[in-house]
Amino acid sequence: MIAQVTTAGAVPAIEVREVHKRFAGDRKRNGRRKPFIAVNGVSLRVEQGEVFGLLGANGSGKSTLIRLISTLLYPDAGSVSVFGHDVVRDQRTVRRLLNRVSVEASFFKKLSAIENLMYAGRLYNLSGRETRERVVELLTQLGFSKAKIRAPLEELSRGMQQKVAISRALMTRPKLLLLDEPTTGLDPRSKRDVQELIANLHAQHGVTCVLTTHDMDEAERLCDRISIIDRGRIVALGTVEELKAAQDGVQTLEDVFFELVGRAWGDEEDDE
Amino acid sequence: MNWSGAPGGMKKTMNELAVEGRTLYAFIERNFHLVRRYLSWEIVFLFYNAINAMTIGYIGVNTPVQHRNETVLYLLIGALLWGYLSLLFDEVANSISWERWEGTIEYTFMAPIRRLTHLLGMCLYAVTYGIVRTVIVLVALALFFHISLSTANLWTGVVVLVVSSVSFMGLGLIAATLPLLSTERGVQATHIIQGVILLISGIYYPISVLPHWVQWASYLSPATYALEMARAALLHGATVAQLAAPLLKLLLIGALMIPLGLFVFVQAERFAMRTGRLKRNG
Ligand SMILES: Nc1ncnc2c1ncn2[C@@H]1O[C@H](COP(=O)(O)OP(=O)(O)OP(=O)(O)O)[C@@H](O)[C@H]1O
Ligand SMILES: [Mg+2]
Repeated sequence: MIAQVTTAGAVPAIEVREVHKRFAGDRKRNGRRKPFIAVNGVSLRVEQGEVFGLLGANGSGKSTLIRLISTLLYPDAGSVSVFGHDVVRDQRTVRRLLNRVSVEASFFKKLSAIENLMYAGRLYNLSGRETRERVVELLTQLGFSKAKIRAPLEELSRGMQQKVAISRALMTRPKLLLLDEPTTGLDPRSKRDVQELIANLHAQHGVTCVLTTHDMDEAERLCDRISIIDRGRIVALGTVEELKAAQDGVQTLEDVFFELVGRAWGDEEDDE
Repeated sequence: MNWSGAPGGMKKTMNELAVEGRTLYAFIERNFHLVRRYLSWEIVFLFYNAINAMTIGYIGVNTPVQHRNETVLYLLIGALLWGYLSLLFDEVANSISWERWEGTIEYTFMAPIRRLTHLLGMCLYAVTYGIVRTVIVLVALALFFHISLSTANLWTGVVVLVVSSVSFMGLGLIAATLPLLSTERGVQATHIIQGVILLISGIYYPISVLPHWVQWASYLSPATYALEMARAALLHGATVAQLAAPLLKLLLIGALMIPLGLFVFVQAERFAMRTGRLKRNG
């Protein structure tokens, strides 16, 4: 567990108020689309310097919530602010403060890591030299060799690509880091490297993180507080101890998860 | 590592200009990196472009000798200018669809950049790249055709090229909104737009040969004016002063197209962010 370095009373890193998001759902047999509610009245507050965990089954709305915070989706109702800046009205200010890592490492597959990151760096106003220095530092920390930095990304394994994706976010030195399943698909060693990197960021630079994961141990190890989201609603929020204490007779975080989510993993049928 | 802080010292406006310059450069550099990595495709496209222009030029070689030079030149101007303008249009529209395929689009759109600078960067690259490719095709053509340019006013030709680029960038921006809204159908729709422009703009024939109900559309296409002027300049030696009125008209179309393109693009971006169209998976 990482020591709590929250600055109580300061502007929260994230404030989500009564946010709703729905999508045009799949086409039904009669040709109509039934709107799909992905986020259903979520409110939460993440303090500065916290590592905040977001757990939930597949399709529960975690990534949607992260996209709402990262200015990629507009909320249908409610509001989101990042360090006091509204994500819709102060879009550019918010964008300067955060970065995001998603499950799939999205890159120009023929370009090398350094070419991809050079592009990303310039968009965040980094010079070529700054980018190169930071990238080499970050990637060597994650076990990259010099040759791998120059190889087309399509030649790298998924885990390696994910490390490049993590570097893309870290090199811009965000105050808020949104990590959407950053360790999914990584081998145990790489997973540990990434977890250590996150823990370090937090300890050394006080970076606020939101972490989604399907790995309960990881959540328990890294997160100061955890919220569990089910079908677009927050069903529990607190420290691991608080979550455990709130349920009768549970031993692990996984038990808590099954108690609250209650259904099999991946079961997202529309059952209304 | 120093985690905080914007660069200090420099004056604010200078700083902001430098920021925008860096954004512009990001797109240009990225695309040149892509060209390098897809070099074999570039060579294939270039080869095809040159052959295509050549075969069109040869259609004119079969005409009676007193019209030959003029006919060949007429056709080559069409092939070259269309090659350039459609490349411009393609590049601008493709730079969005490409990011969609790769899935980088969310990262590009999440970056703290101005959309205007982003789009200008795309256009600037497209112009540079289009000119380089057109010049290469031009050299290839010069090797195969011995045409006399004694009556041509090349300077006017360059001015026409520059002025017509502006309106084609605007068209490209409008076309780029289509792949923003839909991955597959967006690209299909851009090709349809391109096909229509090819038909109505009098690339290889005077628009007077088109059916009446199509001709009115020709007047809406900036390519029509561009071609008329390019031919006036290169076939009949028209000066910039002689073409001042149509040049101004084309410039005006461009000056309207660019803000219109930007406006349409920003609306489409907002729509995509409301409905979740930017996302591919995850
Ligand atoms: N852009 C979109 N367009 C349409 N539907 C969407 C979009 N984004 C998400 N959804 C739907 O909203 C629901 C929630 O998706 P979301 O990606 O937020 O889930 P998640 O909790 O991240 O799941 P996972 O653990 O599988 O990553 C899913 O049913 C998904 O199909
Ligand atoms: Mg997800």
